[in-house]
Amino acid sequence: MAEYQNLFTQVTVHGPGDPGVEMPDATWGPSDWWTMNYWASKIGDAQIGPFYLGGLGVASLICGFIAIEIIGLNMWASVGWDPVEFVRQLPWLALEQPDPKHGIDIFIPLNEGGWWLLAGFFLTASILLWWLRMYRRARALGMGTHVAWGFASAIFLYLVLGFIRPLFMGSWAEAVPFGIFPHLDWTNAFSLRYGNLFYNPFHMLSITFLYGSALLFAMHGATILATDRYGAHREVEQIYDRGTASERGALFWRWTMGFNASMESIHRWAWWFAVLCTLTGGIGILITGTVVDNWYLWGVEHGLAPAYQRP
Amino acid sequence: MTATKRNAIKATTAALAAVLIAGCERPPVDTVQLGPDGTGMHQAINPRTAKDAPVVPESPPPAPQAGPKAGDIYQNVQVLGDLSVAEFTRTMAAITEWVSPEEGCNYCHNPQNLASDDVYTKVVSRRMLQMTQAINANWSNHVAQTGVTCYTCHAGKPVPEYIWFDAEEGDAMPNMGNRFEQNIASAEVGYQSLPEPFSRLLTKEDGPDIVIAKDGWKPGTSDSNIKNSEYTMALMTHMSGALGVNCTYCHNTNNFASYDVNGEIRTKAMHGLNMVQHLNENYLDPLGPVYPENRLGPTGDAPKAYCTTCHAGYNKPLGGAQMAQDFPAFWDR
Repeated sequence: MAEYQNLFTQVTVHGPGDPGVEMPDATWGPSDWWTMNYWASKIGDAQIGPFYLGGLGVASLICGFIAIEIIGLNMWASVGWDPVEFVRQLPWLALEQPDPKHGIDIFIPLNEGGWWLLAGFFLTASILLWWLRMYRRARALGMGTHVAWGFASAIFLYLVLGFIRPLFMGSWAEAVPFGIFPHLDWTNAFSLRYGNLFYNPFHMLSITFLYGSALLFAMHGATILATDRYGAHREVEQIYDRGTASERGALFWRWTMGFNASMESIHRWAWWFAVLCTLTGGIGILITGTVVDNWYLWGVEHGLAPAYQRP
Repeated sequence: MTATKRNAIKATTAALAAVLIAGCERPPVDTVQLGPDGTGMHQAINPRTAKDAPVVPESPPPAPQAGPKAGDIYQNVQVLGDLSVAEFTRTMAAITEWVSPEEGCNYCHNPQNLASDDVYTKVVSRRMLQMTQAINANWSNHVAQTGVTCYTCHAGKPVPEYIWFDAEEGDAMPNMGNRFEQNIASAEVGYQSLPEPFSRLLTKEDGPDIVIAKDGWKPGTSDSNIKNSEYTMALMTHMSGALGVNCTYCHNTNNFASYDVNGEIRTKAMHGLNMVQHLNENYLDPLGPVYPENRLGPTGDAPKAYCTTCHAGYNKPLGGAQMAQDFPAFWDR
């Protein structure tokens, strides 16, 4: 017999389209357009749209488009406008940050980092406008602003890497290049220059929250799916009216590890783990080079790392 | 699900898995421990891909050191004049075997007048002899008592196989697309998007510091920056390939700046980098005006040396063969 499951399902649910709630205060309201999509129904809701773009959304997309254009055209120019090379070398190409000799000057020749500053400005503007849009859309729906503040934590790490820390260090050269492999090589170079980031306690915390987030997500997802047959998919109802699904899931974790999160608190666990991942990470980056120049040697002095002797 | 569908999925999965691991080397590999227990300092050697032992030519039988000196008998012998004529001739024959086995003596000499300097290769070889002597005399902290001969780099070829030139400027537009000497796929830096490090780090003895992290944790201990560390990382990638070793051959990865573990090997490598800087600055780069155009690089610079020039993938060039000992020409007398 066909059975409905939300992922990998054989049965998809089609209802009449839902235009969403009225929004009298919107400058540019949500679009009147929406559609039902068979493939979307395989992994979630069949309905796509309506979209709400609004003034902030439009401004954000324009800034983002300018940033991507500056980055992409510089990458293309770096291979002499050769379209084949552009595709072939794309993972290696970059818009590089200025050299150290320019410090934190704002007026830098375009080809010596000026383009990088411009791209950074427009990308940052785009991201901040998008944040504002998320905040205001949540408010318009009468929601809490948890998503926006979670996003803010990620933006904090982005700003520390590309703006705040370079300001403290007095050099844009400390910031990250735009590019696929280049930003990864930058990460490696960063750790090498500052004596191994693994000995940075805030880096440790960030990794803990990163892996912890994945673990919590897996545990929660597995618990809900495993108790779905008792109604666990009605998570919100189960928060204030705990049924046998919650009881069984909770007992399972008490049996296996002695403690269980509640149907509500598991979501706070997850939110905080995700937020703290980038928050602690940003702090770790911020104090690297400004407060600590070599994390391994700092670790040796503070009893964190062993000092090896010549064999 | 039908059996055909299941089989199709199985076959696709197997094909995808095969593609994913196509670049891997199959186990097992041999490992040699190089540092204290628990530090992960191992040299990994894949016996199936390890290079064969290098071919080292046999030295010709010894010649009498007594008798008239080459400088007294032949004209224009500026470097090896104090060798006996027999030893001088023996050395010349050996050099021909090492450098121009097919081209013979005339690769460097004008057959009408062996003393003449009008073949450019003779001028270059004279400087190379001086360089070889200088390496063996002044750089024993890198070449030890093994020393080097022409063959260490030339290996039977008039132009050593592993040399480098300054890179040509990219196709960058005047006001856009500055690559900053990096961000292009290059085998020389292990296909990372790192800069070509040689012209910056290997051409001058008092050039930019290769070491980026220093001996202290307080801010300001090192005045280096992240961009410099990309050059250093690129150079280290080259060294690893040149010597056929892992990073952990010299470094404990918990602190790359430290000499405390495997310090002897790392110190030897540091002297090697200084040596290459010295040789490029004082011997190889200044030869630019002597070479014809077809021997110069795209920007008109002379061919220069780096680690691979001698090491050629071996942690000891020529597997540590003691060739130079058989030739007094390459040592201080």
